[in-house]
Amino acid sequence: MRNFEIIKIENLAKRFHMGEGDFTALRDINLTFSKGEFTGLVGPSGSGKTTLLNIIGSLDNPTEGKAIVLGNSVSELTHKQSAVLRNFHIGFIFQTYNLLPVYTVFDNVEFALLLQKHSATERQKMVMEALDWVGLADKANSKPAQLSGGECQRVSIARAMVKRPEIVLADEPSANLDATNSHHIIQTMKKLNRELNTTFIFATHDEKVMQYLDRIIHLKDGMVEKDEIMPELKTKSHVSL
Amino acid sequence: MIKFLFKGILKDNSRSLLPIIVVALGVALTVLLHGWITGALGDSIEMNASFNSGHVKVMSRAYAKDFGQMPNDLALLDADTLVNKLKSDYPDLDWVRRIRFGGLIDFPDEKGETRAQGPVVGWAIDLFIPGSTEIGRFKLQGAILDGKLPSKPGEALITSDFANKFSVKPGDAFTLFGTTMDGGMAFRNFTVAGTVRFGSSAVDRGAIIADITDVRKALGMEGATGEILGYFKSGVYNDMKATALMNDFNQKYEADKDEYAPQMIRLRDQGGMAEYLDIANAMGAIMVFVFVMAMSIVLWNAGLLGGLRRYSEFGIRLALGEEKKHIYRTLLYEGLLIGTIGSVVGTLVGLSASYYLQVVGLDMGDMMQRSTLMMPTVVRTRITPAAFYIGFIPGVFSMVLGNALAGIAIYKRNTAQLFKELEV
Ligand SMILES: Nc1ncnc2c1ncn2[C@@H]1O[C@H](COP(=O)(O)OP(=O)(O)OP(=O)(O)O)[C@@H](O)[C@H]1O
Ligand SMILES: [Mg+2]
Repeated sequence: MRNFEIIKIENLAKRFHMGEGDFTALRDINLTFSKGEFTGLVGPSGSGKTTLLNIIGSLDNPTEGKAIVLGNSVSELTHKQSAVLRNFHIGFIFQTYNLLPVYTVFDNVEFALLLQKHSATERQKMVMEALDWVGLADKANSKPAQLSGGECQRVSIARAMVKRPEIVLADEPSANLDATNSHHIIQTMKKLNRELNTTFIFATHDEKVMQYLDRIIHLKDGMVEKDEIMPELKTKSHVSL
Repeated sequence: MIKFLFKGILKDNSRSLLPIIVVALGVALTVLLHGWITGALGDSIEMNASFNSGHVKVMSRAYAKDFGQMPNDLALLDADTLVNKLKSDYPDLDWVRRIRFGGLIDFPDEKGETRAQGPVVGWAIDLFIPGSTEIGRFKLQGAILDGKLPSKPGEALITSDFANKFSVKPGDAFTLFGTTMDGGMAFRNFTVAGTVRFGSSAVDRGAIIADITDVRKALGMEGATGEILGYFKSGVYNDMKATALMNDFNQKYEADKDEYAPQMIRLRDQGGMAEYLDIANAMGAIMVFVFVMAMSIVLWNAGLLGGLRRYSEFGIRLALGEEKKHIYRTLLYEGLLIGTIGSVVGTLVGLSASYYLQVVGLDMGDMMQRSTLMMPTVVRTRITPAAFYIGFIPGVFSMVLGNALAGIAIYKRNTAQLFKELEV
């Protein structure tokens, strides 16, 4: 089940136009990701982690090479097709949570379902289930401002997971959280990874996150420096809740 | 989705309250100013029509050349026959005879010596014939400050400012000096029946209103009249009808080369009225244009600020798989909705204020002391059917335009860039 390949990156390079010359943010990237992976992109600031996640998420296009996500070559998708890809297959989690402040927790999670065709009762059920996964069912009617940082991030995990995407992209999800909360949300994600077989790809510098990863891809100056598979045992020991 | 956005609008004050206030304010001002200007212009046009120009005016060709000078030596002779002919040819209008004249008025003391003297302008109108429409047209009943309407020959009305200046009261006698049709000296004694105030400085400064029969006698104009005025029975000047009427009438006299043959002109052809009419007609468009411009700029900026604040929302919506196009469209719908709400509120406020000023009026007398224009000193707004919808044009348009301009930022930035802005 693990070896089913869902993301394939071939000879990818990304350059940004910067005044006179171009700035190379990524180059010579060749990677594959399998279904159910729990992988981190790790590297110093500016190494290209976010850029790579954006390309996988079809928010940005490669300058050279290919990023094939669930059989779709990102650079060849129309706006509409990449919107559909994100809508049904990819969930995003951000460092700053990015919840919509005027809406309730329930609304924020439901929002992810509104572009899909679900009935109101179906949505209600799906949202409550997602809030259950992250342990916030009782906060459904709270506003983001009434929640702690850790709770906000758990709402954003619920929002990313509610449509049961194949892939979740999480950019520094623990950067604004204290140690306890960091462990908590990573454990939550690890549990969902196990139960739903969702592929998680993180961008992180956080040691606490790294302990849970099955695979760590080290980026440096826009290149893959090292791609290591973590021993199963080590991760297992931390998952026990 | 729509419901979701609607909830957002309701809960986010900066997205709803502020723009609604801006729109409502602009719309209220549009409605009020529109009513004000239509009112002021409409009243002036009507007052001019009533006192001076008629909706159409018939004079001798010679008189018409210089009608501003009231050249009564060039008056229409055998005028009553012509009036009757006009009445039967054009029954849609009220036709009235008028003599406009200038002169000197002299108030004697007990011994019959001159006590006070001053120049006047005069209106000779039909006061005594049964069913005369002139009393209503000059609003004489309401204009009387002291005394009463003339009830018999030899009685006249004088305007109040003038009466005050010379300390004249009803019952006093005076002599009117003028020029006869043949250029001779004319004078006739009158009694002041009452004093009147029309609310237009240009008239109230010094005018006398007398019956046309008396004035004919005074000026040696038996059977003649300077002008014949026609008024549409609807009470409203209609440029198209007036033009058709004028062409029809003048054509009948085309063959007649006599310079005393009658000639018809329209309200539009007289003393600056053309501009008044044109401004009155263009007013709606002008107001809408000005307010669309001004409000769009304000709302564009409000929209930009709101848009900046909402980048994170747009970013999330993109991440969740909404298309830019769709986000942009919802932004326009939001503009439409908020613009409509604001316009409804603004129109209600504007109409209430207009209604208040229509009933109460605003006295601009002090500002118009020296005005020679015939313009009522108390300006009243006028609520026309246009007042009910005119505000919606700038209200909705500017809000949608404001959001449309603000929303362009969504397109200008590429998706990943919107995300960068999320991260900070
Ligand atoms: N839109 C852009 N235009 C120009 N340069 C960019 C753009 N986006 C990213 N870069 C540059 O590309 C490089 C990689 O950026 P990226 O955001 O992927 O780094 P990162 O590894 O996520 O860093 P951090 O850990 O600080 O988040 C950086 O040097 C950045 O300045
Ligand atoms: Mg980053």
